[in-house]
Amino acid sequence: MSVGISVSGSSTGSARRSGPGEGAPQAPSPLVGLPQEALDVLCPLHVVLDPTGHIRHAGPTMQKLRPDTPLAGARFLELFEMSRPRAVDNMASLLRAAGTKLHLRLRDHPRTALKAVLIPLGADTAGRRGAIVNFSFGISIVDALQTYSLHSGDFAPTDLTIEMLYLIEAKTAAMEASRKLNMRLQGAKIAAEEQAYTDTLTGLKNRRAMDHVLARLLRTRTQFSLMHLDLDYFKQVNDTHGHRAGDYVLQHVARVLVEETREEDTVARVGGDEFVLLFPRLVKPARIEEIAASLIKRLEEPVFFEGAECRVSCSMGTALSHHYPQPRAEQMIADADVALYASKKAGRARHSFFSTQQGHPPAR
Amino acid sequence: MHGLINRSIQCFLRDTYGEAAWSDVALAVDLPFAEFEAMLAYDDALTWQVLDAACLRLDKPLNMVLEDIGTYLVSHPNNEGLRRLLRFAGVCYEDFLHSLDDLPDRTRLAVSDLDLPVVELRQHSAERFSVTCHSRLPGFGHVLVGVLRAMADDYGALVLLDYAGMVQGIEKIEISLVETAFAEGRSFDLGARAG
Repeated sequence: MSVGISVSGSSTGSARRSGPGEGAPQAPSPLVGLPQEALDVLCPLHVVLDPTGHIRHAGPTMQKLRPDTPLAGARFLELFEMSRPRAVDNMASLLRAAGTKLHLRLRDHPRTALKAVLIPLGADTAGRRGAIVNFSFGISIVDALQTYSLHSGDFAPTDLTIEMLYLIEAKTAAMEASRKLNMRLQGAKIAAEEQAYTDTLTGLKNRRAMDHVLARLLRTRTQFSLMHLDLDYFKQVNDTHGHRAGDYVLQHVARVLVEETREEDTVARVGGDEFVLLFPRLVKPARIEEIAASLIKRLEEPVFFEGAECRVSCSMGTALSHHYPQPRAEQMIADADVALYASKKAGRARHSFFSTQQGHPPAR
Repeated sequence: MHGLINRSIQCFLRDTYGEAAWSDVALAVDLPFAEFEAMLAYDDALTWQVLDAACLRLDKPLNMVLEDIGTYLVSHPNNEGLRRLLRFAGVCYEDFLHSLDDLPDRTRLAVSDLDLPVVELRQHSAERFSVTCHSRLPGFGHVLVGVLRAMADDYGALVLLDYAGMVQGIEKIEISLVETAFAEGRSFDLGARAG
């Protein structure tokens, strides 16, 4: 069987018959009598329509999409739903869409989407035309492969589908490798940042982290208290029991400071035995005094390091943000330091607020 | 050397001989990191140091280790993706052999900075082939022997492979295709996705 492909629209082509066995080359003419077998190889995903709009022949790969029902004999538009162009409901309108890109979908499940192009065949004696419709999976090929059992032999040797599938898999593998690398780098970055903001000995925040939190509080105009805390008698611990004992005490102090403060408070170690505590939205002097008192009480409990009793205490100075018309970080740190110095001078193991008597412009 | 090549060596050692084998090798060459990254580039010398250390650790000559790496690349379940990519070459082993010419180009499509050696197939008769391999990586021919052997198993073909040596930097492999459908072979489904 052959299909007459008419380019000119002449009517003689469809009458010709040439089987593959005949083997004789076709004479050049505007009508090419193409053996069906040749078309099956060139376009395995095609159907030939007769003038009534019924499928006369389906290419081998096309038939694989509905392995249980022979496509030949079925009405084309009952099998396929046309999504572009719209309003195609008979053979005449189908023929008008010749040469354009058709978007179709199989009507029953699996409703695979396909792209196609239609070429009219030469008119028969009654002047009616059939057509060849050649299909492609387009981008739905990946889904189609999951749905139908297709092999590389189901595509024309010149078809780039296999190359595209190769590329999809290769790219997926390469992207996966890149994604894993990115995740590892991201993990390393977070760890590095964490480390940059952490005091490694105590696990508390460091000065740099404290600066960030302080800047955020000021930027968001949150009311807060800034407490500067300095250990008393720490030097003696170091001198008497050694640095390891000193480190142990610092770790103990860090634990106590975290325990005695709220989740949202910031505890930072900013020097050897100096700490800064930030209390967002906590500016009641009475409450600050309570915290200071319990810190002194807890830190004065003796710590034992390898049998040696280590005793420290702490002095504190606090500046309150609402005492400033325009609080600034350096100013508040300096003022808390002044208050701390006052505590030390008054005999240590105590807490003071920064006040105007300590030599700054009056707070409102 | 591309990270993919270095990482292949690392994974070969780890998957075939265990984590300890890889740590031993990494320690022996004093790697400044725990593992190779597939998508980074490394100094060529490092690759050879790793291979030398692997030969020592496994007590095997270099060509055998390289061939084992080739076999590993195709046959280990961890490399199912690579096997699939090679199987895209065609429906039979002969198709696969003919696709070797395209291998560097195909590879470049996926990983543009991975330069694989130029591989050329010659067919001498219906069942006799030879492959030449022009490479700045001497020894790649042995890896290729491993790949060709494992792919023959994959297609279920019976082949004889002979590494015919290196002349002026060009390695040569001789292939006799004894039987194309010798065994069942492993299945290949276009639609399946490597996990």
